Amino acid sequence: MVKIESTFRNMALSLTLIALVSAAFLGFVYELTKKPIEKSVLNKKLTAIKQVVPDFTNNPNDEMFRLSAGDGDSLDIYPAKKDDVIIGYAVNTHSSKGFSGNISLMAGFRPDGTIINITVLEHKETPGLGTKMADPEFKDQFMEKNPSDFELKVEKDGGPVDAITAATISSRAFCDAVQKAYNTLQKGGIK
Amino acid sequence: MNQLQNFTKGLIKENPILVLVLGACPTLATTSSSLNGLGMGAATTFVLVCSNVVISLLAGLIPDKVRIPAFIVIIASFVTIVDLVMQAYVPDLYKTLGIFIPLIVVNCIVLGRAEAFASKNSVFSSLIDGLGMGLGFTLALGILGAIREILGSGSVLGYKFIQGDGILVFILAPGAFIALGYLIALVNKLRKA
Repeated sequence: MVKIESTFRNMALSLTLIALVSAAFLGFVYELTKKPIEKSVLNKKLTAIKQVVPDFTNNPNDEMFRLSAGDGDSLDIYPAKKDDVIIGYAVNTHSSKGFSGNISLMAGFRPDGTIINITVLEHKETPGLGTKMADPEFKDQFMEKNPSDFELKVEKDGGPVDAITAATISSRAFCDAVQKAYNTLQKGGIK
Repeated sequence: MNQLQNFTKGLIKENPILVLVLGACPTLATTSSSLNGLGMGAATTFVLVCSNVVISLLAGLIPDKVRIPAFIVIIASFVTIVDLVMQAYVPDLYKTLGIFIPLIVVNCIVLGRAEAFASKNSVFSSLIDGLGMGLGFTLALGILGAIREILGSGSVLGYKFIQGDGILVFILAPGAFIALGYLIALVNKLRKA
């Protein structure tokens, strides 16, 4: 095979051509995958909402609104309605008090503030320790509790929450995120 | 060298992970379970095969002095394709592998094969070489992932076979080094025997 010479013209030409063809090809693939990517992101959100609030008939994603959580922070609230009656709110809440980085949860509340269910969306906690916050053994203790009489504090801090062994910080962050969601809903005057 | 030898050299004799120890960073980081390891291996194999084929096709058209940037553009394009496709169709795996998918661009195996093999050999040989190397990489990642998953979380391919926790250290980074070290030692021993 004859190799073309490394003259300035050849180098510029060949690099330009390769870059152009690559760019065109990538643009094509981007267009092809754009819709499926949007769909998978939306599906993920809807699955999380479905887990934390009872069966709804509306599309909570379309009716999403934001409430301020103080300190320039705001949370996304997804109202779940059945036959136009509000049956609960899914709150996309988060806490920066985790062991490593942010943790993000989807918490479902009844209109009276009772926790229905919670699911973990994202976290970077230690595998095998903090990651257990996504397990039912830990998060199910919050179900059907109302933060007005169920203090969201781990036992070490004098609260009723049974923390994950060797992951008190992750447990605290979890409580912190749920508390933030509850406070925001209450402050938002949603009953 | 016939094509069969060309194919099998990537599996054992020149296994990119266990013998050449190239691309150890994604190896250590993504093998916390066998499925993750296999996913990462499959993504890398795709990039390796495609970039090998395209680079050997274009080898005559790329002047020597700009070959590295040209190779990188080609490799980066395939990596971006993998990135987008995985995001669209296997979002869970995509999330677990995270930053290591885009980082395939700088994986020394991919550029190494382009430079050392694909730019000097025929299209078909390069295809076989890419397949062999990719499978060798996938195999090593799968085995390493399986060892860490069995010891670390007591499960195989996500199915738990013992209750409770495994040996935690194998899920974490130090366990990856320990497991890879012993695996390489074992392969060295087998190769010399």
